[in-house]
Amino acid sequence: MKAIATSTKKVITGNHAVSYGAMLSRVQVISAYPITPQTQIVELLSEFCANGTLSARFIKVESEHSAMAALIGASSAGARAFTATSSHGLALMHEMLHWAAGARLPIVMADVNRAMGPPWSVWTDQNDSLSQRDTGWMQLYCESNQEVLDSVICAYKVAEKVLLPVMLVLDAFVLSHTAEPVEIPDQELVDRYLPPFRPLYRLDVNNPHAFGGLAPPETYMELRYQMQQSMEQALSEWERADEEYGELFGRRYGLIEPYHTEDADLVLVTSSTVTSTARVVIDELREQGQRVGLLKIRLFRPFPSEAVRHALRGARKVAVIDRNISFGAGGIFAQEIKSALHNHRGLPIFGLVAGLGGRDITPATIQEIIQYAQAHDEPEDLVWIGVKR
Amino acid sequence: MSHVNFTVPEVELMGSGHLGCQGCGATLGMRYVLKALGPKTIVVLPACCWTIIAGPFPYSSLKVPLLHTAFETAAVAASGVRAALDVQGDTETTVLAWAGDGGTFDIGLQSLSGAAERNENILYVCYDNEAYMNTGIQRSSATPYLAWTTTTPKLSPKGEPKKDMMGIMAAHRIPYAATASIAYPDDLVRKIEKAKSIRGMKFIHLLSPCPPGWKISSELSVKLARLAVQTKVFPLYEIEEGTHYTISVMPDGIPAREYFTQQGRFSHLREEDTERIQKIVDTEWERLLDKCRDHM
Repeated sequence: MKAIATSTKKVITGNHAVSYGAMLSRVQVISAYPITPQTQIVELLSEFCANGTLSARFIKVESEHSAMAALIGASSAGARAFTATSSHGLALMHEMLHWAAGARLPIVMADVNRAMGPPWSVWTDQNDSLSQRDTGWMQLYCESNQEVLDSVICAYKVAEKVLLPVMLVLDAFVLSHTAEPVEIPDQELVDRYLPPFRPLYRLDVNNPHAFGGLAPPETYMELRYQMQQSMEQALSEWERADEEYGELFGRRYGLIEPYHTEDADLVLVTSSTVTSTARVVIDELREQGQRVGLLKIRLFRPFPSEAVRHALRGARKVAVIDRNISFGAGGIFAQEIKSALHNHRGLPIFGLVAGLGGRDITPATIQEIIQYAQAHDEPEDLVWIGVKR
Repeated sequence: MSHVNFTVPEVELMGSGHLGCQGCGATLGMRYVLKALGPKTIVVLPACCWTIIAGPFPYSSLKVPLLHTAFETAAVAASGVRAALDVQGDTETTVLAWAGDGGTFDIGLQSLSGAAERNENILYVCYDNEAYMNTGIQRSSATPYLAWTTTTPKLSPKGEPKKDMMGIMAAHRIPYAATASIAYPDDLVRKIEKAKSIRGMKFIHLLSPCPPGWKISSELSVKLARLAVQTKVFPLYEIEEGTHYTISVMPDGIPAREYFTQQGRFSHLREEDTERIQKIVDTEWERLLDKCRDHM
């Protein structure tokens, strides 16, 4: 018997990090449909199911809409359920995303961020996942392959606590197809962290109930109120899950990650892999004596408004980099940051849209953004970075 | 005292407090089907009349678990329930997908085809009232030729024949498919019991008269369901493995007009329309007999 749980290190892609995370979470029902750049996630899970590494049923459905519908059935009947998708696949699921959240089912899904067509694109941006903002799914944006793997396991912990589904988001190619060294936690330790799914309510022939029946105006609103309550509760549950994970596995990520924000005049706000690039630029500028900082938003729903306010309390300017756009308004993270700060402090917030459809966000792009924000006093809601006019 | 042989189980798994219309064929259908399946059944219900009939939250007119799901997902949500039961070691409970014709012939056809192709171990019953009755009688692809609906008004009744759903299911080579009628409960119960005993995908096409939608008096539901069979408009048969056809009830061969003239939705039919329909009915019946003969 092992005295100390051990882990192994593998060089794997972000996609395979998702697969390992799902395998270690001992998911029981998987249902999926292929779409680039997600497909490798479910290919490896198919292998795990075929070779007995994972004792799950894999339903190979005829569409993403059906993938989510199958998981809704499976989760309602008490199984831990998993799927992965991307872009148009996620859009096709839209109706069932509402259904899964409204039914309070703790499904976990990986979404590989890919731009929406037309024109066809397979490269990364966040419009697919952010278009699903209001479906009642928690959303978590990951920066590294290790974070991806760890977050899948944490996601089930939180989802099954608050009974809301989790969408775990990673960038197409930049993470999905890029291999990094990843520590694969020991199964025994994961089992200790994540006990089997034991739902309070499920389809049970010994205790028959109807699920999802017509709710008149007298009851519907309370059910939605409870969803919001659970979302609010989820903030502390994510904190707790993250802390407990850190104690067992030695890695913590937080809901947000402030980096040199304490004394920063200008704070960049990023999500996903843009953060890694920005961190390098911040280091360089710091060496040059510039008071710049970085705030990574990891948890997007529920939005950690209070933590964001706290992290930005000393900033004089904020520049939000959005790899997405809400047409007719601007970058979506910028709107969220403004919304979090609006009633608290008249802080200038720049909304900068960059990197749509997988266009690279390089250190030079980040420097351009920082220089723009430093050079302007009046904040602008929408600044396009690197667009050819 | 004469001896009566009950072929329909006495168990009642549907409560009387449902919200079906008077004379609703779909309520009779559910009652018989659950009698045949017994209490170890989970019902998966997409949007359809039964969404309402089952009762609003927090009520249920069924004494078995019921999962409401989106319109186009009956077969696949049932597949998910089946998978979850299997991984938890319950291979005994029957998963019943219960959908209307809209949810089966139209919007749910894709996920039904997927489940059939995967040969999911579920029982799918389509209760067919031949239009979108829950939204107020709009045409579906199950609506018969020349029928009136609110979207096929009498000046322009439905110009296309009813979709051959049984042919589609047979083409999937599923282990068992059968047509059934609320007017033949013993036959219906036998088919459900048979379906229950078969592993893999089972499909039952159940004709369910709808008094408001067919413009008939509510006491005529069972009579018209029987006439549909006796006139060969809706023959009762089974298909095993997609190829082996068997007629379950030999029709008397009553003229089809007997069936059509009693329904308000066909009140605009002219003599030549009825004659044309009779020819189609006869041709379809011969085709069905040919399929039966192929495997005798």
